[in-house]
Amino acid sequence: MAIVYQKTQGLTDAEFHYCPGCHHGIIHKLVAETLVELGLLDEAIGVCPVGCSVFAYNYFNCDMLEAAHGRAPAVATGIKRTHPTQAVFTYQGDGDLASIGAAEIVHAAMRGEKFTTIFVNNAIYGMTGGQMAPTTLIGQRATTCQNGRTVEQAGSPIRMAELLSTMDGCVYAERVCVTDIANLNKAKRAIKKAFQKQMAGEGFTFVEVLSTCPTNWGLTPPKANEWLKENMVPYYPLGVIKETNTEVK
Amino acid sequence: MAKELWKGNEAIAEAAIRAGCDCFFGYPITPQSEVPEYMSVHLPKAGGVFVQSESEIAAINMVYGAGGSGKRAMTSSSSPGISLKQEGITYLAGAEVPAVIVNCMRGGPGLGTIQPGQGDYYQATRGGGNGDYRTVVLAPSNVQEAVDFVQEAFDIADEYRNPVMVVMDGLIGQMMEPIEWKEYKRRASTEKPWAAGGKFGRDHTNIINSLYIEPEACDIHNQHLTVKFNLMAEKEVRYETVNCEDAEIIITSYGTPARIALSAMEVLAAEGIKVGLFRPITLWPFPEKALHDLAGKDHVKHILDIELSSTGQMIDDVRLAVEGQKPISYLGRAGGMMPSVEEMVDAVYKALGKEVK
Repeated sequence: MAIVYQKTQGLTDAEFHYCPGCHHGIIHKLVAETLVELGLLDEAIGVCPVGCSVFAYNYFNCDMLEAAHGRAPAVATGIKRTHPTQAVFTYQGDGDLASIGAAEIVHAAMRGEKFTTIFVNNAIYGMTGGQMAPTTLIGQRATTCQNGRTVEQAGSPIRMAELLSTMDGCVYAERVCVTDIANLNKAKRAIKKAFQKQMAGEGFTFVEVLSTCPTNWGLTPPKANEWLKENMVPYYPLGVIKETNTEVK
Repeated sequence: MAKELWKGNEAIAEAAIRAGCDCFFGYPITPQSEVPEYMSVHLPKAGGVFVQSESEIAAINMVYGAGGSGKRAMTSSSSPGISLKQEGITYLAGAEVPAVIVNCMRGGPGLGTIQPGQGDYYQATRGGGNGDYRTVVLAPSNVQEAVDFVQEAFDIADEYRNPVMVVMDGLIGQMMEPIEWKEYKRRASTEKPWAAGGKFGRDHTNIINSLYIEPEACDIHNQHLTVKFNLMAEKEVRYETVNCEDAEIIITSYGTPARIALSAMEVLAAEGIKVGLFRPITLWPFPEKALHDLAGKDHVKHILDIELSSTGQMIDDVRLAVEGQKPISYLGRAGGMMPSVEEMVDAVYKALGKEVK
């Protein structure tokens, strides 16, 4: 019988702990497939965050380091600078990257660190039970803004891809989502391009993936998908935010 | 080998390079900034990596990444910066990542002063980070020891897969002294099959991690670490004694004040007072048994602890070691003020209940 589909070798056989309808599993798969397709799995070193994807070291079939909350870009800097020919990536959520780790990601981008960051933005703190994140939308309810986020109280949500794209060291920033096959394919292409540019030594590469959190949004998986498209995409526009075609020296 | 004149901070940077330091991540803070400055020039020439980080927190996490992927990694800072590194140090200990951390100590609390201090004793020996962990803490009292200890610290870190701290008051970092580049006795080279540096054909993934979410697994991990800490406590204790054989009073002190104490002892010896110096070289493991046994001798009537600290910090370990066998007095200065020879002499007379001459 012909094999039409099989699980990527880039993932281990460990069962995901993610909630039904959460996009982490899909995003893991896209990253893992990319590592295999580019022949990088055997040399790759990944850094996982604190948050829902804290156990990602059990899922990616490459060497992994678990970082302190928000510090993954600093950890990845230490790895990449001492392993300059190898593929290095961080996989981070929005609380981790856009809040407590804002300094680390901004400075990694400023220095043009040659690793890839996969930024999973679900507009909420998932692991800790649905608190407001810097990415939580205005009016969106969370356990620390139970009547909905207001500008007066918490400011406006942060757009990380746009922020990082202002830095010369950031050579590629794209925002994608995985709500349907067309978008999933675009996300895969973005992740692949990020790793290719990393391996070409161009600079810091960043892919923001909008993701659902049905559990903490209080929605069914299909409704969460709809909510993402209707509410997140208008504020967090999809597409290439920045792409620099650097001459590789 | 001929002696050379070196500034403390530059000497420890050079020592680290000679010990095979692969990478240094640091952030400017007085009085340690000569370490990253020297490293920025000389480490790349030796084939290593230097990065000036955006913060102390980032620096220690760069150390975690490089150390966790198998490299000899180092950072240095001074007291308030070390406070920021404590998060990273507990992760290093929890994930069993070797690293060398130098604290060129200044006075606190808060911003305090840029002058020398020893107010970070608790932070170094009790673990300023969360959870149950220990780090070997080496405390040089001159530039030669600083150079020797920094080199050995890399071996100790690798042997136990644990961070090692070298703490010295800012005076040692800032002063110049003649030193000798000795061939220090290297420990058996340590392979790092655990390092997460890429699989390269390995049949399993290596994971550097301090998360053990299941209670039983976390307990087992803690027990494993404790066995290691106990081994360090057994094997790594270091201290020096001077004139303790028939001393009626023992001064306990480390770093710069221990050197000033030697001058006070000369003055007192000339006046017929028998004073000994007990100088812990490892602040952790503290030389508890040696001090306990010494305090138990009949000729010892009193202990005088001297630190660059207003409240006294090491004195807690002195008390734990002495176990009430003899009375303990304290002399401390803070803010970069050094206890003078005269103050030490007076403190000895006072401790012994004698009239100051």
